[in-house]
Amino acid sequence: MMQRAKWARAFAIASSLVLTSCIYNRQSAVDPAGPQAGRVDTLWWSFFWLLGAIFLIVMILTVMTLGRRHRGFEQEPLAIRHKASDETESQLRRVVTGATIATIVILFVLIVASVGTGKANSELQQKKNPLTIQVTGTQWWWQIQYMNSDPTQNLTTANEIHIPVGRPVQIRGASNDVIHSFWVPNLNGKRDLIPSRITSEWIEADHPGEFRGQCAEFCGLQHAHMAIWVIAEPQAQFDAWMKAQLQPAAAPQTPAQIRGQQVFLNNACMYCHAIQGTPAVGQNGPDLTHFGSRRGIAANTVPNTMGNLAGWILDPQSMKPGNHMATVEVSSTDLQPLVEYLESLK
Amino acid sequence: MCLLMSACQRQHQDIRPSPTSLAIYGDAAKEDVIRPGGPVNPQPVVNNPYNGSAYDISEGQRLYNWYNCSGCHFQGGGGIGPPLIKQHWIYGGEPANLFDTIVKGRPNGMPAWGGRIPAYQIWEIVAYVRSMNGEQPRSATPSRADSIEPNPQTIVNRVNGQTK
Repeated sequence: MMQRAKWARAFAIASSLVLTSCIYNRQSAVDPAGPQAGRVDTLWWSFFWLLGAIFLIVMILTVMTLGRRHRGFEQEPLAIRHKASDETESQLRRVVTGATIATIVILFVLIVASVGTGKANSELQQKKNPLTIQVTGTQWWWQIQYMNSDPTQNLTTANEIHIPVGRPVQIRGASNDVIHSFWVPNLNGKRDLIPSRITSEWIEADHPGEFRGQCAEFCGLQHAHMAIWVIAEPQAQFDAWMKAQLQPAAAPQTPAQIRGQQVFLNNACMYCHAIQGTPAVGQNGPDLTHFGSRRGIAANTVPNTMGNLAGWILDPQSMKPGNHMATVEVSSTDLQPLVEYLESLK
Repeated sequence: MCLLMSACQRQHQDIRPSPTSLAIYGDAAKEDVIRPGGPVNPQPVVNNPYNGSAYDISEGQRLYNWYNCSGCHFQGGGGIGPPLIKQHWIYGGEPANLFDTIVKGRPNGMPAWGGRIPAYQIWEIVAYVRSMNGEQPRSATPSRADSIEPNPQTIVNRVNGQTK
């Protein structure tokens, strides 16, 4: 009874996982959106079918041995020093030798396929006209820096990467505190972000889309709430986005927004967050220059809406217990202007 | 058992500071009690709520760097600002004095942080600064620092003329 309940539960979990992966293909390694992920996908399915077939053959043989005719009670038991006939002996030898050779050959083929995929996806490959983005893992959000030889084209943002379709992108991985891992399954495998060294991997999107990624190395209390969006868009759209992001923050327009900016600059906010074009230059938290244009807040824990933002500012510890955002006392009359100002930073 | 209990306390994480536990700061460190140049002994009536909490001491260390205390005081050895690993404090070395110094600022460069950053963070920084001088339980402080430097306890022992 217990056993049956256990199997039922395992089946329910497995089937829900399969269903989720079908519905939620925006974060899926079996829905590749680029050449790197395509290779990983091919490798996965070739492993799956080959090893699945072997598993099936082994199971069939096991079942066959169970049904094999056995020596009945009416027969004499085997002698203790039983010696198989020469015919049986040579047959057994053939089977065991054949199985050993087959295993070695299959393992070798799998190793070649695996190493080949790793080599093709390797960071050492040189690409033409790459876009370089530095991703710095921080407890518990992602700092994104677009690197350019022209310093006026350098861009700092957070938790959201925009990439042009069809252009190779080199992700330079760094970390500010502990080991994180950058993983956008639709685009490539995992790459660890290690303190005090730079790791690297290539991603490339072959069609537009929004792909979700997540930290894949346990990094503390809020590891689960450390998500990132990669938005692949046509070159023209990407250029427009880049141009808008390189502008300083929009000046506050309405009286509420003007008040909101004052609240921001007169509280602890400015010691950790930067808004380009204002005196706020803190580097400890995400850059908020174009905060209103981003999809989520708190490393995409919740969608970026006014209500969520107000809740987040009032009590950051309710959404993400243990995170490093300070609980700043903002009076009720100041909260609404502050939220309006931040959301106006498109 | 005692060891186990103290370990629990050590790892206690007060992630959402309650305002009541922090509303303890009164008029603890009056300036008129502090005699410049002389021995400092204002009444230490206020205890830091984060004394002995490993989590809050490490948070204090993070904030010490985030808010650029290290810009002037460096990692406690001083440079632009006075050292924080020492015996004789100009404005008092008790938790309440340190809190007061951070809140109000001091002449010749120390900015006032009161109303700028939350009070609970100031107490965490105080807890960390006290730990530099070995004035936190050894069970709550790391046995070695993140950066390359001697153990603060070693420095304190050296200053106090104790050899281990």
